Amino acid sequence: MFVTSAYAQTAPAATDPHAAPAGEAHTETGAAHGGGVFPPFDSTHFSSQLLWLVITFGLFYLLMKKVIVPRVGGILEHRHDRIAQDLDEAARLKAEADAAVETYEKELAAARSKGHKIAETAREAAKTKAAADRTAIEAELADKLSAAENRIGEIKAKAFAEVSQIAEDTASAIVDQLIGAKASGDDIKAAVAAAKTEA
Amino acid sequence: MANDPIHQFQISKIVPIEIGGIDFSFTNASLFMVATVACAAGFLYFSTSQRGLIPGRAQSVAEMSYEFIAGMLREGAGSSGMKFFPLVFSLFMFVLTANLLGMFPYFYTITSQIIVTFALAILVIGTVLVYGFYKHGLHFLKLFVPSGVPFLLLFLVVPIELISFLSRPISLSIRLFANMLAGHITLKVFAGFVASLGTMGALGVGGAVLPLIMTVALTGLEFLVAFLQAYVFAVLTCMYLNDAIHPGGH
Repeated sequence: MFVTSAYAQTAPAATDPHAAPAGEAHTETGAAHGGGVFPPFDSTHFSSQLLWLVITFGLFYLLMKKVIVPRVGGILEHRHDRIAQDLDEAARLKAEADAAVETYEKELAAARSKGHKIAETAREAAKTKAAADRTAIEAELADKLSAAENRIGEIKAKAFAEVSQIAEDTASAIVDQLIGAKASGDDIKAAVAAAKTEA
Repeated sequence: MANDPIHQFQISKIVPIEIGGIDFSFTNASLFMVATVACAAGFLYFSTSQRGLIPGRAQSVAEMSYEFIAGMLREGAGSSGMKFFPLVFSLFMFVLTANLLGMFPYFYTITSQIIVTFALAILVIGTVLVYGFYKHGLHFLKLFVPSGVPFLLLFLVVPIELISFLSRPISLSIRLFANMLAGHITLKVFAGFVASLGTMGALGVGGAVLPLIMTVALTGLEFLVAFLQAYVFAVLTCMYLNDAIHPGGH
């Protein structure tokens, strides 16, 4: 580097117009040492290179610093904020949904217990009503039964009473037929009574 | 001329300008500096002009490069290094765009100019020095005195540290410059083989296939190098800035 730049200083500017043709001429021999200076080490262009690098890179740096970096940083920050905000929102909504589920379940349990209670009371009422109905019907039936029994007793007594009358009539008729004489009512009555007690 | 691998680095004046006897001509290299800045700035400006909450493809690329450099700087120099973000981002985008533009045939590769890479390296080291002394005063010199080294060893360690610090701008500039220069020369040489073998009849055409394959492979490699060198330049910038922010070592 130092050697070549020194060489370049010995032949300033003057080599410049001839640099390209010299380069061409020595290409066939294929050596970089040939004509002119190896271009990257050619110090005649250093000043213009530096100036234009300072201008272009300086502008580029300013543009990056003033516009691009704040802008991209802003975009990324905005996105992070937005994502964080959305996550918060999602967490909030989830908490809300959880609370809603909880109240729903609470209400469901309350409704269920209320339903149970209603069913219970209904069942209870039905049971007592059924019991009352049954006792009422049973009492009625018992009444009817006793009435029927009374009637049967009456009919029976009446029938028994009529039995002696019939037996007496039959006995007197039989006696009449067998012996042709009328037995006295008292005899027959006594005989029937005797037979009745035997039976 | 077409086969001269050096010709591509030749500087030619487009608008001759001379101020005070010093040549400030607008050259083809200047043109490509302007093109580099226009491409990089234009891309970043227009891709982010929508400020989309959901980025499009171009905006994604702009954001990715932003976050790539931001992550690199935060990792290399800590969160207090973020004040240098515009500088590192500009350097990375400038070098990357310049390297990639240089991959187009007939385009000038400005990073193959030692003066350009050296100026960028001096910018980095200058920033380190100015900020280091501004922020830490003479404590910045602790940079050359690692803590926990025995006193006698300091006579050995301090000169080594000093030399390594002074060689930084040189290594930083030479690395980028040499990579771009060597890559473009190699590409040109192999491509030149294809052309010269192709004129040598049937056997030559058959033989030209090999350098052609090589040229294709090298082109891919050069794209990798173009990105990698911009990356390395940015990473080293972050590391050097870290020294300016934390001269005590960590």
